[in-house]
Amino acid sequence: MGFEHYLSLLIKAVFIENIVLAYFLGMCSFLAISKQVETSIGLGLAVIFVLSITAPINWFISTYLLKNGALAWIGLPEINLSYLNLIVFIAVIAAVVQLVEMFLDRFSPTLYQSLGIYLPLIAVNCSILGGSLFLVERKYTFIESSVFGFGSGLGFFLAIVALASIRHRMKYSNVPEQLKGVGMAMLLTGLISMAFMAFSGIDI
Amino acid sequence: MAILNKKSRSALYDPLVKTNPISLSVLGICSALAVTIRVDQALIMTGAVIFVLSASNTIISVIRKYIPSRTRIIIQLAIIAGLVSLIDQVLMAYMYDMSKQLSVFVSLIVTNCIVMGRADAYAMQNPAGNSFLDGLGNGFGYGAILIAVAFFRELFGSGTIYGISMIPDFVYNLGYENLGLMVLSPGAFIVLGLIVWFQKEIWKEKVK
Repeated sequence: MGFEHYLSLLIKAVFIENIVLAYFLGMCSFLAISKQVETSIGLGLAVIFVLSITAPINWFISTYLLKNGALAWIGLPEINLSYLNLIVFIAVIAAVVQLVEMFLDRFSPTLYQSLGIYLPLIAVNCSILGGSLFLVERKYTFIESSVFGFGSGLGFFLAIVALASIRHRMKYSNVPEQLKGVGMAMLLTGLISMAFMAFSGIDI
Repeated sequence: MAILNKKSRSALYDPLVKTNPISLSVLGICSALAVTIRVDQALIMTGAVIFVLSASNTIISVIRKYIPSRTRIIIQLAIIAGLVSLIDQVLMAYMYDMSKQLSVFVSLIVTNCIVMGRADAYAMQNPAGNSFLDGLGNGFGYGAILIAVAFFRELFGSGTIYGISMIPDFVYNLGYENLGLMVLSPGAFIVLGLIVWFQKEIWKEKVK
């Protein structure tokens, strides 16, 4: 599997199977944080960051500890701990988020200033957990999961920045009173999602 | 219902319309949309959410006095994740096809903000009985929207409801076609957006 394979996986994760627009993951924060462009960029970057870190870590844990027969390397080939996937993943994500937060606070205060407030939100963002669960379900290899993690994060970033920019412009439009807010955001997301569907079929 | 006092009643009924978790507080949309292509999927998902929500609310409410406030998020997450794993395993054992179709979305109930939100906002302060009803009410409120979205998407997208054909053949002969867009993801966003609008328009006075 050469470079093209990973590139096509990346494009698929970013555009064709965008984690928000095609799988509806991370919608809560997607709708709540998309009122301003600056904050949406902050959240988007934080998601890219955390997804790129947690996807490979969870791949390691799943492959060498939890998968059916994964414990063969310590002589226990019959043990299948995959029912623990969910609990372990969520613990890993919460721990990674906490670590990243402390790490950033110590070594890069400027980045911490801009991403800091979004990091705790991410621990319960569906797109992070969804990313980890997908890579188990689709049986990705290590490099594939890293590429997939980064690509999904990038997809989330693009989608949320797009929605925030459109919502910013919508302030000047005449929207029916009861449709303002969530309703309009949903309809806009529908349109963005439709636009992203135009990418389907791209194959490298 | 005479058995329930006023507070319990509002815990049970309010989330159905007045404080509906999806359409008004915008919680738990993540898993709400992905499983609404067909009504049967939406029903199973609703059942799973009602179970997890009422059980987690009850458990957390019972032990709320022993949970230190600093570590409460982790404890709540552990309880919810345990319940969700349970549901996931039950589905895998008894409804394997359905569990394949719902793929990761049952597991994602863990990060469904409704469950965490109700646990933190309601169950931590209220006795077990009311928390159970609150969980039940929110679960049904969530399910109502889920099934409504699934109803429209299945009706217009595949011409069926619960797998039963609803559009008579002669309509197809006249040139009617299923709306493919409804089955794809944009359909879910648009239907939900319209439902939210509709609901706010009708319950304008009651809301807020």
